[in-house]
Amino acid sequence: MSAASLDPQERTRTNDPPVLSVEGASKRFGSVLALSEISISVRRAEILCLLGDNGAGKSTLIKCISGVHRLDSGSIMIDGRVTPIRSPAEARAAGIETVYQDLALFDNLTPAQNFFAGREIAGPQWLPRGLRFLRQRRMDAEAQSLLANLKVTLPRNDAVVAMMSGGQRQAIAVARSTVFARKVVILDEPTAALGLRESRQVLDLVARLRYQGNAVILITHNMEHVVELADRAIVLRQGRKVGELVPSADNKQQLVSMIVGA
Amino acid sequence: MARDYLPELANEPEENIIGGVAGALDARTSTLSIGLTILNFGPALILVLLIAVLSISSPYFLTARNISNILAQTAVISVVAMGQQLVILTRGIDLSVGSNLALASVLGALAFHAGAPAALVIAVMVLSGAAVGAINGGFYVFGRLPHPFIITLATLSIAKGLALQLADGRAIPGMPPAISALGTDALGGLPGSVFVVLAVAAVFFVVTRTMVWGRWIYAVGGRPDAALRMGIPVSWVLVSTYVVSGTCAGIGAVILAGRTDAGSPLFGNLLELDTIAAVIIGGASFLGGRGHLGNALIGALMIGVIRNALNLLNVNIFFQLIVIGVVIVIAVEGDVLRNYLEGRVRVMQAGKQS
Repeated sequence: MSAASLDPQERTRTNDPPVLSVEGASKRFGSVLALSEISISVRRAEILCLLGDNGAGKSTLIKCISGVHRLDSGSIMIDGRVTPIRSPAEARAAGIETVYQDLALFDNLTPAQNFFAGREIAGPQWLPRGLRFLRQRRMDAEAQSLLANLKVTLPRNDAVVAMMSGGQRQAIAVARSTVFARKVVILDEPTAALGLRESRQVLDLVARLRYQGNAVILITHNMEHVVELADRAIVLRQGRKVGELVPSADNKQQLVSMIVGA
Repeated sequence: MARDYLPELANEPEENIIGGVAGALDARTSTLSIGLTILNFGPALILVLLIAVLSISSPYFLTARNISNILAQTAVISVVAMGQQLVILTRGIDLSVGSNLALASVLGALAFHAGAPAALVIAVMVLSGAAVGAINGGFYVFGRLPHPFIITLATLSIAKGLALQLADGRAIPGMPPAISALGTDALGGLPGSVFVVLAVAAVFFVVTRTMVWGRWIYAVGGRPDAALRMGIPVSWVLVSTYVVSGTCAGIGAVILAGRTDAGSPLFGNLLELDTIAAVIIGGASFLGGRGHLGNALIGALMIGVIRNALNLLNVNIFFQLIVIGVVIVIAVEGDVLRNYLEGRVRVMQAGKQS
């Protein structure tokens, strides 16, 4: 992958246009203004952290980007072109993959079957999608090489996901997002339910996503993780964007006060 | 610092980033795995054991005549249970299969008496079954019902009433020879119905194992909300399983009509219970997403063998119902135990990483 060869300093200097940008996004649930005129953008090989207290609008924003909700006003642009996203399927078709907080894994399927669920490699093409025959060996091989690329090792690749630990499941969900993510990977609190060691492993995995040239939007409450991983952080409060900066160990306090509004 | 790649990413260490320590399966995990394997093969083992015990205790059990008998008697349950299995895979249930079968057999008999050729009579029965299935699935999915229980209960009643009405409450004798041939011996002393079962099983095997649709059924059963988010057409998958279940009831009607040379509104009584029991006894999970066609077939055979054995051993017919009920409870508890053991394995996996 070309981005992998880019040196980080050089990468930040290149001014490639954002892969994904959201302009003036607003969303209202009844009388509650969940999002108010929010604009964000994210580039290739960049990790953008979305920060904010509970109810700040982070989840609403990413749900609008991933097609679960629809924006009342504002636009979503992919590679500079306005792209309406009306359903999760449209978001995926546009190259946006989301790792939901609940992972959305199928416990009764193997990792490879999970990766390709809903987008099975199958043929022949002239048959309707549901009646095509699965190219099982090809899917297994692709899953295998993907897991190897991401340095994810599982106790058994042919076991169902139900048999795997929280960290392994999280890794599978993240890996699945990269199978088809051509533009953006969104991760909603990927370490929320994990222990210290498993969190570490998932964070390494997230860093690897960036290394492979993906644009990553990461929601997390953990300031250490933000400082470690984020190229940029955007802080939301009560549905508004209240700040954007490059997080470092020095401005951690500043970030926290932006989040809580003190 | 945040702008730099993590230093350890540049030269990846050899350690496993995510996952257990390969090879070092400790004793407790392997005990659990053995337990799970036994549970998975449990139904097949029990069936073999049952057959072994019965061959010893009754001289008539292992005769060609009796085996052919068992297979003929379980043919209907087997076919309909395979359809029921698909519905249960998606966390649903089809209570209407028995009445559906009765209605199909009556419509088939009426078609025959109206002068329809054998092929058309078969088509009428199969399509009538599929139509009832389509009504079940359609109302469940597009009528936004919370559970298929109610709609299939309703069609159970409606189909039964229709069948009784159309047949005037009586059996209608007479079937074309091509259909009644299913009840007589075909190849190698086996009744023709056995070959219908095998053909249906072959189709099911291909569809559920090798086709995208089959994979979708498992995905929908495993996690419906995730299936939706992954872009699987959940509504149509659900509807299709009920159509298939209904179609299987229609095929069951053909088999039963062939064996009895009649169509009757009284056919298929308690067939919903038999088929659900077969699926569960066979080892599929009632919680959806787990099980395969072997479960339905083994379960159906087990019910057939138990009935047959209790008959041979001169056990009271009422007692048969009790035995089948007890077996169902055991099977469901086995499923619960399996889920518990898998939870334990999961904890072990997590433990091994730290």
